[in-house]
Amino acid sequence: MNPDEDVSQKSDKFQLRIRGIKKSFGTHQVLRGVDLDVERGKINIIIGGSGQGKSVLMKHLMGLLKPDSGHIWVDGVDVVGMNDVQLNKTRLKFGMSFQYSALFDSLTVEENVAFPLKEHTGKHAEEIRGLVREKLESLGLRNIESKYPAELSGGMRKRVGLARALVLAPEILLYDEPTTGLDPVATKNVDDMIRDISKDTNVTSVVISHDMASTFRIADRISMLYGGVIVQTGTADEIRRTTNPVLREFVEVSGAVKMEPPGSVRDADERTDAGS
Amino acid sequence: MTIMAGPEDVKAAPVDKGAWATTVRAVDAIWAKPLAAVESVGEHLVLFGQSMFWLFRRPFRPMIFVEAMQFVGVESLLIVTLIGTFVGMVFSLQLVSAMRQFGAEAFVGATLGIALTRELAPVFTSIVVAARAGAGMATELGSMRITEQIDALSTLAVNPVQYLVTPRVVATTLMAPLLTMLFICVGMFGGYAVAVWLLDVDRGLFLERARWIVDSSDLIQGMTKATIFGCALSVISCAQGYNASGGAKGVGIGTTRAVVGSFVTILILDYFLTDIILVLQNK
Repeated sequence: MNPDEDVSQKSDKFQLRIRGIKKSFGTHQVLRGVDLDVERGKINIIIGGSGQGKSVLMKHLMGLLKPDSGHIWVDGVDVVGMNDVQLNKTRLKFGMSFQYSALFDSLTVEENVAFPLKEHTGKHAEEIRGLVREKLESLGLRNIESKYPAELSGGMRKRVGLARALVLAPEILLYDEPTTGLDPVATKNVDDMIRDISKDTNVTSVVISHDMASTFRIADRISMLYGGVIVQTGTADEIRRTTNPVLREFVEVSGAVKMEPPGSVRDADERTDAGS
Repeated sequence: MTIMAGPEDVKAAPVDKGAWATTVRAVDAIWAKPLAAVESVGEHLVLFGQSMFWLFRRPFRPMIFVEAMQFVGVESLLIVTLIGTFVGMVFSLQLVSAMRQFGAEAFVGATLGIALTRELAPVFTSIVVAARAGAGMATELGSMRITEQIDALSTLAVNPVQYLVTPRVVATTLMAPLLTMLFICVGMFGGYAVAVWLLDVDRGLFLERARWIVDSSDLIQGMTKATIFGCALSVISCAQGYNASGGAKGVGIGTTRAVVGSFVTILILDYFLTDIILVLQNK
């Protein structure tokens, strides 16, 4: 990161820019000054252990939580000071896939996916039905329109949640632990889906994960959250060669990724103040 | 002669500090509950303010309001009718029994009418609505909160207060006085049936005295109370569900708090509203 750069200006490279985000719950400080840039049109993955504040950070991106201090710029617009009405407009740029899908359990699959279309477009019921079917089919889901979320498997619920997030064609797609609780085959399917969506729609993806195999399979850019700060950001190759002991240990312990000797290439964003 | 603080005095200081800290902790502990209560009232008022703010903002979703009114109003018809009838019947039974002792059973209809319109109908109806619809709202919103469905609404650029809380508050505020009217009608009918048909109170006296004593100001008093109770119980129920946390147990705690909080609030509000209304009427 270039400390002299004016991050409040719209950037062609970075769609989301976060500076100095701090957040406490009671006396427990979860985020201690997060600085992060999210690259436009790429798959940006934030890794970190349980309880490190990954989901808290993600909720800040959409304004579901307000930080104690710091700024988040979305295409050069600071969302931190926005009121609910302004936030609603900005949120139309986003789609979010939740860890446990968060489908509306009183609505059918079709009603769930149609929900954003009914709320934000003036389309007719028939047109909406067609779009919903098209979106579900693009994610490999057929003949489930009339089912309720409780009647679906975990993997199917995830895909329906993703269909709902994608149906308004967002510019930024957030995934909260997309592979948690899935078997290896379903995990690979979700990985492929994230890759395909990114490639086909050029959407900016932000993925929260602690699944190292998935992360190194699909990431364009990996950042590690540890001790309430981002300790390093880089490509998968750069992370494999990292000198940061915390990051090395985190990736190595998973056993899913083979690390390389440290130090050959260093990322400009690297920070060495882990846990400070 | 100036007495300088010696080493002994310096050593004594931490003991004083410890005593001070203990005192502060004790005062904090004493104040914690009243402060939490004030904070809770504040949270409820904020949620009420937000729900009113979003009532007048686009998009308007009339169908959600209709659904909420059906849930609070139409689906409560049977239980309100049942309870209203039996409250009127038992009250009439007691009144006839008590008033016969000094030959005043002619006033049974009037007393029943006053009691129903001013107190029994608004309080009982609101308690029935709190137990049935309020508990339902708290459970529904609580389970939506813990399964992130409320967050999902926000991510879909739909304000959850506008979508979930506003229709429920408006529906309950409108339905509570209507259900109270129903309660008064069936309560009077139940009381009439027991007094006139079973206990041989004169039909003409029952009706005439009731018509003579009960006037529109009594009805206005009852409707005003029911409207305020309906608003209060819906805000309490929605707030307990909306702010639920801690999984299924948290939803259960929220529902219990919604019902108990609504009951207590209705009865406390009833006293102060009655006092205010009587003072205003007597001016």
